[in-house]
Amino acid sequence: MWQALYEELKDEGFVVIAVALESRGNDGARPWIEQQKPTYPVPIDTGHVVAAAYNMINVPQAVWIDEDGMIVRPTETAGASQGFRKMDRTTFQMPAEELAAAQTTRKIYLDAIRDWVRKGKASSYVVPASSLAARTPKYTNEQAEANALLRLGQWLVRSGETMSGFKLLRRASELHPDSWSIWRQTADLEQVGKSGGPEFWARVAALGEKRYYA
Amino acid sequence: MALLLSDLIDAPVAAQRDAAGLWLSPVTFTQATGFTLKPEGFCRDALCIPVPAGRASEFLRGDNINLRAFATHTNHVLVSDDGGEHWLLTESAAARQDQLDSGMAPDFAVADINGHVHRLSDYRGKKVLLASWASW
Repeated sequence: MWQALYEELKDEGFVVIAVALESRGNDGARPWIEQQKPTYPVPIDTGHVVAAAYNMINVPQAVWIDEDGMIVRPTETAGASQGFRKMDRTTFQMPAEELAAAQTTRKIYLDAIRDWVRKGKASSYVVPASSLAARTPKYTNEQAEANALLRLGQWLVRSGETMSGFKLLRRASELHPDSWSIWRQTADLEQVGKSGGPEFWARVAALGEKRYYA
Repeated sequence: MALLLSDLIDAPVAAQRDAAGLWLSPVTFTQATGFTLKPEGFCRDALCIPVPAGRASEFLRGDNINLRAFATHTNHVLVSDDGGEHWLLTESAAARQDQLDSGMAPDFAVADINGHVHRLSDYRGKKVLLASWASW
């Protein structure tokens, strides 16, 4: 997903770290990695450690971090649009206008990254330190507990404690219903394919006017 | 007997559980929390959080430290399964929020499929796009 952008900008002091949010760990991530052969780092966040630290609730989201390790754009949707909601679920085709809108949304995001890499702090896409806190999504106690329960539940399921593990995973989803990452990782652990199956589409439909990507 | 993970430990460590809480040896406690028990309290770097006066018995039994009392007192998140056999300690929402609001990007150490560990701090000097993705 990021290979072309990384190739374009890597000699200008830019790197992508693509963190895989995978409850099934390497087994889940490996087929994609072997097919795409990314040359940027791809850590596998089985423990939900990076996601919890940066309050990531979906894919793709991203945060921009400068040369000094300072956040210059908080966690947000990384150029994705919700046109997939209009996808034909038998052919997996999207209507032409939705496809065009998705491509535009992605191009705007990639152009913003290019601007930042070339202009640094002078880029208008950099959030000034003075307004960073106001732009950072709020971290609630329920979210913190849900992230903890996700890691604990995944650990239990992997250790063979399936019943008690899934009980905690369901509680995590109830505490943090906006996290697609928690719900889909749980579904993926129950059965490969379930995260994109009928229950997923029912949850998407239940959003109504709410956006899939916040 | 119970097992514990935390933000700082990936491989489960052993603890003793009873009605009063979850008891760790001083070495395990420091591994799991980053804090060390000193005469002035629970200390990490320049920060020391005193043990509340008159309540030492809730926190200490012999050399062992009660992680549950520590977590409540210092506002950490401590969760367990119903049987109390598996536990997880993490930072509180407030601590996460303060870290993100400060602008200092939280460091991490996470391995790729070849076992190579990547730390954010390995990439100091570069602009980093830290992005999430998944197979699902």
